[in-house]
Amino acid sequence: MSTTVSRPDTDGGAPGGGGRRRPSPKSVLVWTAVAAVGAVAWTVLALSRGESVSALWILFAALASYAIAYRFYARFIAYRALGVDDRRATPAERLQNGRDFDVTDRRVLFGHHFAAIAGAGPLVGPVLAAQMGYLPGTIWIIVGVIFAGAVQDMTVMFFSMRRNGKSLGQMVREEIGIVGGIAALIAVFAIMIIILAVLALIVVNALAESPWGVFSIALTIPIALFMGVYLRTLRPGRVLEATAIGVVLLLAAVIGGGLIDDTGLGDALTLSKEWLVLALVVYGFVASVLPVWLLLTPRDYLSTFMKIGVIVLLAIGLLLARPVLQADAVTDFAREGTGPVFAGSLFPFVFITIACGALSGFHALISSGTTPKMVAKESQVRLIGYGGMLMESFVAISALIAAVVIDQGLYYAMNSPAGATGGTVESAAAYVNGLGFDTTAQDLAAASAPVQEPSLVSRTGGAPTLAVGIANILSQAFGAGMAAFWYHFAIMFEALFILTAVDAGTRVGRFMLQDTIGNVWKRFGDLLWRPGNIMASAAVVGLWGYILYVGVTDPLGGVNQLFPLFGIANQLLAAIALTLVTVLLIKHGKAKYAWVTGIPLAWDLIVTMTASWQKVFSADPRVGYFAQRQRYADAEAAGELLAPAQNADQMDRIIDNSTLNGVLQAVFAVLVLVVLVNAVVVIARALRAGGPVPTTEEPAVPSSIVEPSGLFATAEEKRAMAEQERLVGAGARGHGTFTEEGPSR
Amino acid sequence: MSGGMAPAVRSAAGRAWRGVRWYLRECSGEARWDDYLRHCAEHGHEPMSRREFERRRADEAERNPVSRCC
Repeated sequence: MSTTVSRPDTDGGAPGGGGRRRPSPKSVLVWTAVAAVGAVAWTVLALSRGESVSALWILFAALASYAIAYRFYARFIAYRALGVDDRRATPAERLQNGRDFDVTDRRVLFGHHFAAIAGAGPLVGPVLAAQMGYLPGTIWIIVGVIFAGAVQDMTVMFFSMRRNGKSLGQMVREEIGIVGGIAALIAVFAIMIIILAVLALIVVNALAESPWGVFSIALTIPIALFMGVYLRTLRPGRVLEATAIGVVLLLAAVIGGGLIDDTGLGDALTLSKEWLVLALVVYGFVASVLPVWLLLTPRDYLSTFMKIGVIVLLAIGLLLARPVLQADAVTDFAREGTGPVFAGSLFPFVFITIACGALSGFHALISSGTTPKMVAKESQVRLIGYGGMLMESFVAISALIAAVVIDQGLYYAMNSPAGATGGTVESAAAYVNGLGFDTTAQDLAAASAPVQEPSLVSRTGGAPTLAVGIANILSQAFGAGMAAFWYHFAIMFEALFILTAVDAGTRVGRFMLQDTIGNVWKRFGDLLWRPGNIMASAAVVGLWGYILYVGVTDPLGGVNQLFPLFGIANQLLAAIALTLVTVLLIKHGKAKYAWVTGIPLAWDLIVTMTASWQKVFSADPRVGYFAQRQRYADAEAAGELLAPAQNADQMDRIIDNSTLNGVLQAVFAVLVLVVLVNAVVVIARALRAGGPVPTTEEPAVPSSIVEPSGLFATAEEKRAMAEQERLVGAGARGHGTFTEEGPSR
Repeated sequence: MSGGMAPAVRSAAGRAWRGVRWYLRECSGEARWDDYLRHCAEHGHEPMSRREFERRRADEAERNPVSRCC
């Protein structure tokens, strides 16, 4: 990115940053060209109807928009709205202890932060949202990240950094109030449970009746255990070596899975969804009480490397394959809200469904706490917070492309619940034809042959669709004949990092539970007390396991029923985070910049509250949980069976599930409203005071570190770093203070 | 890769390789050991064994769970 242009003259700015300078002609030229590429790409996407459009236009529109947003808007937010100040020492510098507080190279921290925020969400959400056509998803992923998601991540990171890396919950409690704080704490915990359940559900749906998938995923466990032991006893600390071995074994496991299909092992590994739920729950419990070095840490290495590898591979594949968009720009489902993948119309449900790729409340948990304790210079929150989220959005765009370049008949056959498609290729083809898409039973059977899956009908959850998309793109790019490998490779990689997320999330949930209950029962709060660990782990696993089971056995389709709940929960968490940062801008006397977070907050509230309202109060039984409950309860009272239920037991199940989902939905929304009302009181008080009001911000301490602020060091920054090196001598820059002895500087 | 280009290409490739290696070692935490050794040398401490060092880092990770996002 060009950095020759002015450094804003407000508070802060790097050493030597003087007044506003005129942009150089080269910089003007470069940015005009980027803007032109973006404008052309957007125009093609907006105006093309019914002709063949290359998917690369989506890619170009995204990249050009990101570049401009990062260069101009993120800079404006950092220097004007937030007022980052590189003369001020960050908590990493002030409190350096070589453990959680640790000055970290900005590029390395970018990698850490991205690995922590990127998961299955941005891969799955856009795939499901493709039901609305490619245009709504594309627009929201790009516009949403620029004005909401990346803004949230960066501002939360900044304010947490100014408070020694306090967590979101702590900041809400201290800056908004105790009522809001408690509501936020409960919301965070409940939302985490839902997220874990839905992530696990995606894995279950991807692995059910797929012995190849089960085989390769099951092998990731012994592979990770081997790596753990290797790193513990054989060759301590040789992470890259162990990871390289792990990756090779993993690829062998994926290849090996293809050989077991017609063997006894293949039959043994053809598992129903119910068995997979049991396996996941047991696994989740055991994994979360095992020491981290044995399973979690090594698998985290594997999943991170795989994630980055697949993203890069997919990007290259897209450029080589140049696939053509198969979906309509905007489908009829967007207007009518009658789509089979998830119910509801474009507004608000496309925003709810895409979730993580555009705005993710969950990121606020990572942007507060872990990452801000490692930032070297304040201005780096732009690269790490805003830039990291742009990267996540890019992943979401790639996933969207993968879903909209596959045959749309196949897309709907895969993503409609089994209750609708009937489960066979014949019934599914008839159902999809009824939706208005061309396909035949032969087509659907032919689609599953190259990826060597028994059937692709009703493989909901997004992961199998994405895997088919990735397999298509990579086969096109690198030659046919490998489709089955690529498909199972994609499934394995998605399941791998979902399992890591489930394991890590269970652990974090366990800590939260022990911490909270520890307030009333001291012993339980002791993290080293084994029975406490086991009880808390069992409670967390039990909660998400129950919701997972509910989803898996739901005759209406777990993804169809639970994914909206997941999306709304995530977006509601974002509302809490955006409320917090808006309050903080105002408390810091920056009310004139409060629109930066206030506008995305307002939008997010409109979306989530509309969606919550519809999910709770809509009279349409496809959308409203309670209307759905009523419909089935009435039918049951009249002694009737309503499709897709096939017996009284399934009728009961639908009634129970709808009640549970509706109650959860209502509780989430109410919790967020509690935080919001509390925040409005605080805002009113701050505005009446007319200027900055006291906050828990740490006082400024001068910094002695000189580090570049962006990805690449500018000439000016290089000079400043050389100067610093000369003054203090080599080895004085950041990095490397260790445990007992305290700071070395 | 022939003729006069070779040294330039080789040095560029070498730089890229060193860059990638540095990045991977830093991100994976493998480089922490080198930092520690350097720190000990600067302060004249006797370093603990690598096994012990990595064990302490693992214990640290046990107490500070990192979240992985959705």
